[in-house]
Amino acid sequence: MSTTLEVRNLRTHFFTRAGVVKAVDGVSFTVGRGQVLGLVGESGSGKTVTGFSIIGLVDPPGRVVEGEILFHGRNLATANEEELRHLRGNRIAMIFQDPMMTLNPVLRVDTQMIETVLAHEKVSREEARQRSRDALGMVGIPSPDERLKSYPHQFSGGMRQRVAIAIALLHRPELIIADEPTTALDVTIQGQILAEVQKLAATTGTSLIWITHDLSVVAGLADEIAVMYAGRIVEGGEVGAVLDAPMHPYTVGLIGSVPSRNRRGEPLRQIPGMTPSLLKLPAGCAFRSRCPRADEACLVEPDLLELRPGRRARCFHPHLEGVGA
Amino acid sequence: MSATTETPLLELRGISRRFEKKLDFAGKIARFLGAPLREEVVHAVDDVTLGIRKGEVVGLVGESGCGKSTLGRVAAGIMPPSNGQVLWRGKDVTKLDGPASREARLRAQMIFQDPYASLNPRMRVEDIVGEAPLVHGMTTRAGFGPYVEEQIRRAGLDPAFKRRYPHQFSGGQRQRIGIARALAVKPEFIVCDEAVAALDVSIQAQILNLFMKLRQELDLTYLFISHDLSVVEHLSDRVVIMYLGRVVEQAPAEEIFARANHPYTVSLLASVPRIEARKRAFTTVKGEIPSPLNPPTGCHFHPRCPHAMPRCSQEVPKLREIAPGHLSACHLNG
Ligand SMILES: Nc1ncnc2c1ncn2[C@@H]1O[C@H](COP(=O)(O)OP(=O)(O)OP(=O)(O)O)[C@@H](O)[C@H]1O
Ligand SMILES: Nc1ncnc2c1ncn2[C@@H]1O[C@H](COP(=O)(O)OP(=O)(O)OP(=O)(O)O)[C@@H](O)[C@H]1O
Ligand code: SF4
Ligand code: SF4
Ligand SMILES: [Mg+2]
Ligand SMILES: [Mg+2]
Repeated sequence: MSTTLEVRNLRTHFFTRAGVVKAVDGVSFTVGRGQVLGLVGESGSGKTVTGFSIIGLVDPPGRVVEGEILFHGRNLATANEEELRHLRGNRIAMIFQDPMMTLNPVLRVDTQMIETVLAHEKVSREEARQRSRDALGMVGIPSPDERLKSYPHQFSGGMRQRVAIAIALLHRPELIIADEPTTALDVTIQGQILAEVQKLAATTGTSLIWITHDLSVVAGLADEIAVMYAGRIVEGGEVGAVLDAPMHPYTVGLIGSVPSRNRRGEPLRQIPGMTPSLLKLPAGCAFRSRCPRADEACLVEPDLLELRPGRRARCFHPHLEGVGA
Repeated sequence: MSATTETPLLELRGISRRFEKKLDFAGKIARFLGAPLREEVVHAVDDVTLGIRKGEVVGLVGESGCGKSTLGRVAAGIMPPSNGQVLWRGKDVTKLDGPASREARLRAQMIFQDPYASLNPRMRVEDIVGEAPLVHGMTTRAGFGPYVEEQIRRAGLDPAFKRRYPHQFSGGQRQRIGIARALAVKPEFIVCDEAVAALDVSIQAQILNLFMKLRQELDLTYLFISHDLSVVEHLSDRVVIMYLGRVVEQAPAEEIFARANHPYTVSLLASVPRIEARKRAFTTVKGEIPSPLNPPTGCHFHPRCPHAMPRCSQEVPKLREIAPGHLSACHLNG
């Protein structure tokens, strides 16, 4: 299997008045061709900033301060804006939680889609229109011809998101980074979109990074999962293996608190405390103040280690019971 | 068990709520000049009857725009219905006046999805929580401090924070402030409208546990509105499914998750991603959610229903009991 993206030791920091926010602090992962990586974690743990870093959309006071972002071997961290712009919307696409980040409110959907095609490829207008029609059909928008003549505000939220996804698909990108694209949608519409995306990865070899806080979506969609906490990946591996037998205490707590993993009507297992502020992270393991396994060893920052083949965790006292060798 | 014969704590009878979508200025001018424009009417809630027993947790589920919040507001007494009756222990609430009406307003409280939007940013926590009890004589100026502290502590917050403002709290903490405020007027009935939707899974678990603990301690009754079926399954005794303003199915929670009857409920349950699933093919309900401005005729679900028959587009199916306590509105049931 060939590698589409390899991120090595990515650090993206925000230099704010109150101090340096280490939003992403040493993140590494790879995504193979046609593979889906589920990126999950607490709110504020750095998922979106990781996605933005890959496509070069981090704005000041933020900056990628270290690391390599290898897209088919080419390091995007050192690429110039011109090259990045060419890659974006062509070979790499991003789908945002808010579709209006992609859509232009004053342009008809057909105009935006056709212009997007023409901006990157030398094809006729009619060919561009056909491509747009095909892309809308892929995301399940019925009678695309007539729909194409509408403005974004004439669509429902779910429909708008599907148009944004269709735009992301226009160039059959090799990599799609999707940031909570279905969180605001109804489950029936979410199901339709997930089915399309799954088909896309399987049939065209498109690689996906799917950012979400919903473990149930990742369970059904992803091949690999990476769990983030306070700017770092704390656990990673094959999705089934991680969800069935998590090693890191944060992952254990996260999965344990999902209602369907608890007996009906009984108190849910919960992680005590709150996410720490990235400005005032305690020394050592960032999960220390909430961790039931914490001891003196955890006053030092643990490394992300391969504890079993294909299973990585950043913890001095991982849960290894029930995890096969 | 005499549970079914007992007078419900709250009863909604034939509740409808319509909203008129007024024409804007350009629309009015166009109509004046002869354009065939009319003010459109949304039937947000359409003839809903529902009883909630003392101590019960009723989950209310349905897609965006189906009327959950509107029904919740009517149940909480903060929005009058266009038609129908709201009965509290058998008495029509809309007919109360004076002190009885004020008391009625306090005994039902609502907790919202976005705690930030529902908290006044310029008020300190102690005033947010303590204002209503003070106005309504549940505490005095002298007793104010201890009263507020008790409410804050009960919601799982440190009373030392009582002089802070909402923006100084995290999302989960703000939701606790909303809970403290609602409980401070000693309600019997709480409408939770997507109260945990905006929270992280780990914080969501903390808040759901708090709801369940308070239910026991204070003998509360809940109408729990959520689009998250796993949350509803976890804590509801009974589940009500709405589609475009109407109740299409209602049953005890275990029953509905084990033996859903209505085709809409069946497809909704099939669409829910499950953490137990692995690399599965996502199933889909075909089609769009129709606009409530122009709902399909007959059974609202017929354009998306895999079992639709000619009758479905002509005749509204009645909500009928198909098993004890299990109601469904579908022509497949005869
Ligand atoms: N422009 C900015 N200036 C300062 N800090 C920022 C900025 N953008 C993001 N951050 C910080 O970076 C951290 C990571 O944010 P990010 O948006 O990546 O989190 P996330 O994991 O996507 O969370 P969520 O699940 O809530 O979307 C947060 O602590 C956030 O406050
Ligand atoms: N104050 C209002 N004025 C006009 N229309 C309204 C008003 N409140 C609700 N509606 C309309 O009534 C319908 C039902 O809305 P409601 O908010 O009850 O739905 P909901 O089920 O709570 O949806 P969601 O899951 O998105 O919160 C929608 O079509 C909505 O646009
Ligand atoms: S390193 Fe220590 S504090 Fe951190 S997760 Fe592991 S046991 Fe808990
Ligand atoms: S009444 Fe007809 S259209 Fe409606 S749910 Fe039943 S079978 Fe489907
Ligand atoms: Mg984010
Ligand atoms: Mg609502």
